[in-house]
Amino acid sequence: MTMVVGLFIPCYINQFYPHVAIATLELLERLGVEVAYPPNQTCCGQPMANAGFENFSIKTYELFIENFHSYDYVVAPSGSCVYHVKEHYDVLGRTDHVQHIRTRTYELCEFLVKVLRKENVKSEFPFRVGLHQSCHGLRGLHLAKPSEIVSDTFSIPRLLLRNVRGLQLVELDRADECCGFGGSFAVSEEAVSVKMGLDRIQDHIRNQAEVITATDMSCLMHLEGIVRRKNLPITVKHIAEILNNTV
Amino acid sequence: MSTKVDHPQAAEIFNQLEERVNWHDAALWYVRQKRDHAASQVKGWEELRSLAAAIKAHTLSKLDEYLVQFEEAAIRNGAHVHWAIDADAHNQIVFDILRANKARMVVKSKSMLTEECGLNHFLEDKGIEVIDTDLGERIVQLANEPPSHIVMPAIHKRREEIDELFHEHLRTKLSGGDAVYLAREARKHLREKFLTADAALTGVNFGVAATGGIVVCTNEGNADMGVHSTPLHIACMGLEKVIPRDEHLGVFLRLLARSATGQPITSYTSYYKSPKPGNEMHIVIVDNGRSNQLRRSDFRKSLYCIRCGACMNTCPVYRRSGGHSYGYTIPGPIGSILSPGLDLEKYGSLPFASTLCGSCSDVCPVKIDIHSQLYKWRQIITEKNQQPAFKKMLIFITGFIFSHPQVYQIASNAFGAMVRFTPRFLINTLLITWTKHREFPQPGEYTFSQWRRMNRQK
Repeated sequence: MTMVVGLFIPCYINQFYPHVAIATLELLERLGVEVAYPPNQTCCGQPMANAGFENFSIKTYELFIENFHSYDYVVAPSGSCVYHVKEHYDVLGRTDHVQHIRTRTYELCEFLVKVLRKENVKSEFPFRVGLHQSCHGLRGLHLAKPSEIVSDTFSIPRLLLRNVRGLQLVELDRADECCGFGGSFAVSEEAVSVKMGLDRIQDHIRNQAEVITATDMSCLMHLEGIVRRKNLPITVKHIAEILNNTV
Repeated sequence: MSTKVDHPQAAEIFNQLEERVNWHDAALWYVRQKRDHAASQVKGWEELRSLAAAIKAHTLSKLDEYLVQFEEAAIRNGAHVHWAIDADAHNQIVFDILRANKARMVVKSKSMLTEECGLNHFLEDKGIEVIDTDLGERIVQLANEPPSHIVMPAIHKRREEIDELFHEHLRTKLSGGDAVYLAREARKHLREKFLTADAALTGVNFGVAATGGIVVCTNEGNADMGVHSTPLHIACMGLEKVIPRDEHLGVFLRLLARSATGQPITSYTSYYKSPKPGNEMHIVIVDNGRSNQLRRSDFRKSLYCIRCGACMNTCPVYRRSGGHSYGYTIPGPIGSILSPGLDLEKYGSLPFASTLCGSCSDVCPVKIDIHSQLYKWRQIITEKNQQPAFKKMLIFITGFIFSHPQVYQIASNAFGAMVRFTPRFLINTLLITWTKHREFPQPGEYTFSQWRRMNRQK
C-alpha cells in the first residue's frame, strides 16, 4: 500500500506565491510521493488565533481536519502553519482525527529528512545563500537547535541545503534572530517589525548572501517587502524552490 | 484606573532615533552572548533548568506551608516578620518600622518589589529620604525615571548623559563620559550616604524556608554596605521568593548570574539570618496580586521567575523598543505575562508586543513557557477588553471566509484580480500600515489552486 500525502498550501502562498506551492508539489512528486490536494482547503486558522480570536478560528480548524484526516501524512511548505496545527488544535478535543492530524502533519524539510529519509534531493543552486531560521519551525517544531539551548548542534534545513550542488551557505552574525513578521504584529507593531526585518536583512547582506531562504514564506514576504522598498541588493527564495531546482 | 499603556506608540517613538535603537540592541545582545557562553560552560545546563523548574513547581504547590515554615524560622533567628496583602500595606508597614526607629534617611539596594509598590515616592512624601545605592538605580533615581531593565536599570542611558546628570546633581566636572571617573565619584557620593543613613532596605532573591535566612545577590556589595553600617535592616520579599532548603541555592545561584549577565556568580551573595546584637531585622512578605496569579493555572508558572532579565536581553522586541515602552516595573516578555494579571485593561497591549518567536521561553533559567502564556493572555484580552468594532468585524469575516471553501474560492480569485488591477497608490492607501516601509506582495498570474486545475487532473 502506498502512502498518500495531503498537500496543504497556506492561504497566502496560494495567493501570492504559487511558484512555491508548485515547487513543493513537484519536489514531492519527483521523490516518488503520491500527493493529493484537497480542493476545499483554505487556511490553518493561525491569523485569527494569534490575534487573540481563537473563537473565530475553530470552524477553520474543523474544516482543516475534515479536509486532511484521511491522509497518511499532511505536508506543508510552512513551519509556522504546521506548528499551529500541532500545538493549538487540541482545543478541538483529542479525537482520533485531531490526534492523527496533530501527529502526522509535517513541515516539508522535516518530512523529507524524517519520513522519506532523504538528505540529498539532487538539486542545484549556484548562489551564496543565507538561511533564515523561522522561529516556529526552529523553536516550535525543533527543526534545528536554537542558539539559546545548550546541546549538540543540528539543523534539518541546513542538512538539506548542504547537499545542494553549488550552494554556498553563509554564516550569519546572529544565527536565529526573529525577522519581525509575527502575523498581525507586522501591522500592530509596525515600527519594531520593520526594524527587526531590516536588521535581519542587513546581517545577510553583511555576510555576502545573495539569496535569503527560509522554511516559511511569511517571514520572506515581510523581508522581501522591505528589500523591494529599499532596493537592497538581495533576493528571497523559499527553501522548496531551492530544493526543487534541478538543471 | 490609570491610562492604558500603548506599547506600539511608545515603541514607535523609541524607533525615531535609529542610531540609538542600534546601540540599545547591541548592548543587550552583547549580554545575551555572554549568557550563551556562560551557559555553555556548565555541564548539564539544561538539566539544571529542569531541576530549577521542578523545585519551583514543588514549592508553589506547597507555598502556604513553606511560607509559614520560613516565618517561624525567621522569628527564631530574631527577625520580625510582616505580611502585606498589597503595595499600600507594604509601604505602610515599611514606613511604620522606620518611624518607630526615628529613621530619616534610608539606603536601599536594588529591589524590583519596592519599585512595583512605589515605595520611594511614598516614603519621600512622608519626609523620609531614600537613596538608591545600586549605581544603575541611583542614576535613574537622579534622572527621576523608572528603571528600564530589572538587572541593568539604566541600560537606556549613555555615559555622556550620565556625565551630565552627575554634573547637575553631584557637582562632578564634565568628563565627556569617563566611566572610571564617574564610577569613582558615585562611590564617594554613596560612601557618605552609607555612613550617615539610619536604615537599610534590601530586596530578597531567595528566602530559605528551612533556615529563615534571606539571600541577596549584588555586584556592587551595596546591600552589605547598607546592612552593616546601619542599625535597622528591612528586607522586602515577594511571597514567591521562598525556596525549601539551602541545597536549592546550589541550583538557583548557578543559574541566576549566568542567565543575567553571563557571570558565573554575582560578586556578592549575602546570606542574612539574624540581626547584630542591638540591631533590628524586619522581613516584609508581600502578596500584591501573586496569590491571584497562583490561582490561574495557565499563568501560575510566571511565579517561577527569579528576575534574571535574560528574557529581556534576548527579546528582539524589547531590544528595539526599550524598557520604558512597557509602562510596567518589570518590562519585556516576563512583564508582559505578569502585568495583565494586575490590570488587564491597562496592560492589554503588552501580550501583543511579541512575535511569539519563543526565544524567551528557551532562554529562561526556570523554563517558564512565556510565549505560550502571551498567546493565552491574548485570548483573554480580546474577550474581556473592548476591541475596536472594525478589527473584530474584520477578523470575524476572515474566519468566516476561511471556514467556507466556496466563499474562499470566490474571494481568492477576486482578490488576485483586484490587487493586479488596482493602482499602486491605492493599495498603499488601503494597506497603509503594511506599506509604510514595505512593498505589498504582488500576486501571480494565477493562484496555486487555479494552476493545479490546469496542470494536474487528479
